[in-house]
Amino acid sequence: MDGILQSYLPLVVFVGVAAIIGVVLLIAPFIVAYQQPDPEKLSAYECGFNAFDDARMKFDVRFYLVAILFIIFDLEVAFLFPWAVAFGKLGATGFWSMMVFLGVLTVGFAYEWKKGALEWD
Amino acid sequence: MAEFFASAFWTGFLWPLIVMLAQSVLLLVVLLIAIAYILLADRKIWAAVQIRRGPNVVGPWGLLQSFADLLKFVLKEPIIPAGANKGVFLLAPLVTCVLALAAWAVVPVNPNWVIADINVGVLYIFAISSLSVYGIIMAGWASNSKYPFLAALRSAAQMVSYEVSIGFVIITVLLCAGTLNLSQLVAAQDTKYGALGWYWLPLFPMFVIFYVSALAETNRPPFDLVEAESELVAGFMVEYSSTPYLLFMLGEYVAIVTMCALATILFMGGWLPPIPYAPFTWVPGIVWFALKVLFFFFLIAMAKAIVPRYRYDQLMRLGWKVFLPMSLAMVVIVAAVLQFTGLAAK
Repeated sequence: MDGILQSYLPLVVFVGVAAIIGVVLLIAPFIVAYQQPDPEKLSAYECGFNAFDDARMKFDVRFYLVAILFIIFDLEVAFLFPWAVAFGKLGATGFWSMMVFLGVLTVGFAYEWKKGALEWD
Repeated sequence: MAEFFASAFWTGFLWPLIVMLAQSVLLLVVLLIAIAYILLADRKIWAAVQIRRGPNVVGPWGLLQSFADLLKFVLKEPIIPAGANKGVFLLAPLVTCVLALAAWAVVPVNPNWVIADINVGVLYIFAISSLSVYGIIMAGWASNSKYPFLAALRSAAQMVSYEVSIGFVIITVLLCAGTLNLSQLVAAQDTKYGALGWYWLPLFPMFVIFYVSALAETNRPPFDLVEAESELVAGFMVEYSSTPYLLFMLGEYVAIVTMCALATILFMGGWLPPIPYAPFTWVPGIVWFALKVLFFFFLIAMAKAIVPRYRYDQLMRLGWKVFLPMSLAMVVIVAAVLQFTGLAAK
């Protein structure tokens, strides 16, 4: 085995073994446990009455905002990873160009803060 | 038979595959047994803080409690609500548990004791911990019930918020070490100063942010708004019973221990002894690693016992308005210090 296979095949084997353990645990009670379902037992857990409407209702738009902010900042982090690893070899140019990039992002972050995208009350 | 064992297929492929399989099974078994006792320790610590006894009936001092729980879960009736999407409903706990376990493939517990020594180990763990949101979203949506749905929304927003600050914390460590390989990260902390040469000291603010973010990321108290039994009863797990519930529980604890292991590797020198001289260097590295993981877990367990729960708006404010600017500033400061003192790893 060579190179990339040598490094990543153990990963696949490990995840495979973990998945087997998970599946065995998941199906075990369906085989061994006592089962007697009835409509009340299988109804959604709520307050004792039947649910008035579907549970998949409308929700606050701020959850979307958080998701969008997360995408921006997580991409930024992903962008920083290779820069951080190669930091010592990049010299002054690498340092200053990333500082400019972070500066631009900070301006965007300050704008969001001013606009109230981070408020939760 | 002899020529089979000499063949390229055997020496080049099948034998390494068997070794990998054996290593994976060994690590998973050890990890799961360790989790069983860590779970018990968590309950015991919590009980001790509240001056209770905790589980003490099954086995001496309750040592077999977790195994009795496992047996109980397997024998419980599994319930799938009538309104649920059955496939996704059952897939969600599996995804949570397998993803949590998958992170351990790259965690080195001793020099060269690692399943897959890949050179992007940190990135892999970061990716896996991002994916774990899916398990919760799937559970919340597939249950088709109001409490799980609300909890899944809260949980997704909470986990992604703290993911960002964890990302910046990891960046500062990478700036100091100059590698994404977890074994080399530990090796970079191997100095003659011992515990004082590990990254927790120069990056102490980041260590604190990492600890608090790890609590939020794994939905531990004081940030367990996902479960919040007083308002959401048990969050996204309300509709789960039997082993599907067990898999969530297991996934949660594996994720917590993974965070402890990550903190150990990033900030506390992995398997290195705290004092790099004689009697301490005789102790095997895996013992130091286990001790550090347990120490970090103890901190997390104590936080559960003594800190009251946050409110949701406080949680989001802490994540976005305190930790994010602080960690972003620290990335700039650490980079500037390394740049202008010439200390950066070449």
